Amino acid sequence: MTTPVYLDHAATTPLLPAARAAMLEGFAAWANPSSPHRAGRHARALLEDARGRIARVLGWDGHVILTAGASEAIALSLGRSKAGEVRAGASEHDAVLRHVAPDKRLPVDAGGAVILPETVPAGSLIAIQQVNSETGVIQPLDDLAARIHTGGALLFADCSQGAGKLALPMAADMIAISAHKLGGPIGIGALLVRDLALLRAGGGQEQGYRAGTEAMPLALGFAAALEAERGWLGDVADWRARLDAGIVAAGGEVVAPAAPRLPTIGSYRMPGVPAQVQLIRFDMAGFAVSAGSACSSGSLRASPVLAAMGWSDAASGEVLRVSLGHDTRREEIDAFLAQWQAVATGKQ
Amino acid sequence: MIYLDYQATTALAPDVADAMKTAMAHYGNPNSAHRIGRMAAADVELARDRLCAALGRPDGRLIFTSGATEALNIAIHGAARMAPPDRRRVVTLASEHHAVLDTVMALRHEGFEPVILPVGADGLVDLDIAEAAIDGRAALLAVMQVNNEIGVIQPLDRLLEIARDSDVPVLCDAVQGFGRLATPDADMIAITGHKIHGPKGVGALWMRAGLDLPPLMFGGGQESGIRPGTLSPMLCAGFGVAAQLAVERREADMAHVEMLWERALALFAGWRVNGALAARYHGNLNLRRPGLDAARLMSQVRGVALSLGSACASGTGRPSHVLKAIGLADAEARGALRLGFGRYTTLDELEKAAALINEAAAMQKVAA
Repeated sequence: MTTPVYLDHAATTPLLPAARAAMLEGFAAWANPSSPHRAGRHARALLEDARGRIARVLGWDGHVILTAGASEAIALSLGRSKAGEVRAGASEHDAVLRHVAPDKRLPVDAGGAVILPETVPAGSLIAIQQVNSETGVIQPLDDLAARIHTGGALLFADCSQGAGKLALPMAADMIAISAHKLGGPIGIGALLVRDLALLRAGGGQEQGYRAGTEAMPLALGFAAALEAERGWLGDVADWRARLDAGIVAAGGEVVAPAAPRLPTIGSYRMPGVPAQVQLIRFDMAGFAVSAGSACSSGSLRASPVLAAMGWSDAASGEVLRVSLGHDTRREEIDAFLAQWQAVATGKQ
Repeated sequence: MIYLDYQATTALAPDVADAMKTAMAHYGNPNSAHRIGRMAAADVELARDRLCAALGRPDGRLIFTSGATEALNIAIHGAARMAPPDRRRVVTLASEHHAVLDTVMALRHEGFEPVILPVGADGLVDLDIAEAAIDGRAALLAVMQVNNEIGVIQPLDRLLEIARDSDVPVLCDAVQGFGRLATPDADMIAITGHKIHGPKGVGALWMRAGLDLPPLMFGGGQESGIRPGTLSPMLCAGFGVAAQLAVERREADMAHVEMLWERALALFAGWRVNGALAARYHGNLNLRRPGLDAARLMSQVRGVALSLGSACASGTGRPSHVLKAIGLADAEARGALRLGFGRYTTLDELEKAAALINEAAAMQKVAA
């Protein structure tokens, strides 16, 4: 069986060689970073070096709390925030929405952009993602941050998809990131915090904000992945434009075509063919794509992201996500387009 | 460096490192429905089976977490939330790890009453006190199998009977005992990879069949909705192989530990052992000498990795709550060292370390 063409990089992207090498180095220094003996201090030094590099490459001058991933970073931020109520965009990830009452969700327009209320409730914490994981839509976070701060509120930005690809929204008060979406290992993420006083403390590690032995090798892999060069992003933007045009020409529809979108994510509707059918056909033909986020794939519920953008359940049930990465090649895109046409015309 | 700090963490086993290198190449998200995702899911599920087999408890379900701390938090908060309204006590021991003690104490803010049972000079719970304290008002009993600082093994069989008489669910922190001792018949069991020569960043909570816990965090609905977050096939695979190895090597490892223990008792004949000798995992030797400044000794003996207590609390300068719980005065606790040894410790290393430690203690002119 041939190696499948992997076009699901938004679910997780292969480990970069530099991240792999960094983790192997970390495995050799296996002592507990909290141990005061020499072996422990060596592990601690490597951990702090990784933390410093993560901050430096992101240009973040606040605190970096390492977590097991973005879900934990989000739970830490929204669950332990000292702010008043939490509000969030209606198209946020489930990990965010579960912290927010349905009537505290901010609507999005047809292009996926969050609509802030005229007056932002002072003292509240507003959660807005940088990039939507299903559609790739980018929120104008610098503008939103200015309006949120003018209203006396705080901004939490889930940057799981955008980190390492876009500049971070430096005006945000807290930011969640995840290593495995940018070529680092699964199992580590971080909460970037402007001021630790925003959070209630708890835990014996991570400056008193997390408990549990630190997974230093994963931190080294995270730092190395962030430092890797991103020259491939330009190529991928071209491949995505090619995908958009090819699918439209074949009778498909691009989700949020006019919105600013991350060049690695495209979301496409194939009219008349349910997403689950498309998914199986593509998988059998050797293409790994997804229906919405990986977490919800397998469930048949309609995408809440597309519903928030005004899509009907019927139409959103025909949408697949195609996401590109550092090793995506143009021939793979062309092969996928050919397959798309075959599936759309019922030839396969 | 002679490593005698096995309770803080253990070296990655070569077979574990190999399994992790292999799994690194399986880059899919285990939740993805396509073939690459299913390959990643296969790594996770194989590891889950291996862990259940190593626990000898295929009757329940096991969820992966980022480590034992998270597993213990899910279990304690979850059991409290699931408890009927007339059960508002959470019972645990004074010598538990902070991951348990701090979590139990935090439940005060949610209307629960922590009941902290004392331990004797031997580090073991008094069963009469336990029997009196554990009744129909208890939402949970949380007990460690092997203490991380003094190695003592709690009388879990008897505690489980007492809890069962009042239908109190039991959580066992089996972090130090997993792969070494028989698995206790508890309702929930927390374990972690890096104490059994596996990776850091992965642990697990085993739950009896039928037990359902609410999640602590929200997200993608992974691990039956109890623990969200993308699972790492690499970490799960490493943990699974580490557990399998621990079971395969159990007899050899335990015999090796016993040999080291016998020799260590002779090498440190001038020291007092903190905690019970018999009801103890013999890969732990917590020692003290009157008048010794153990922190100073640690800096004198730079070629030996040892500790003064748990790694988490080391460096804080706080006296160990475990040594306090067994009745040591602060001055006595300051003279205590923790030595931990196991699979990869050689007799030669132990003898060299003992010579260095005894020499350093003598330099402090401390009476034996």
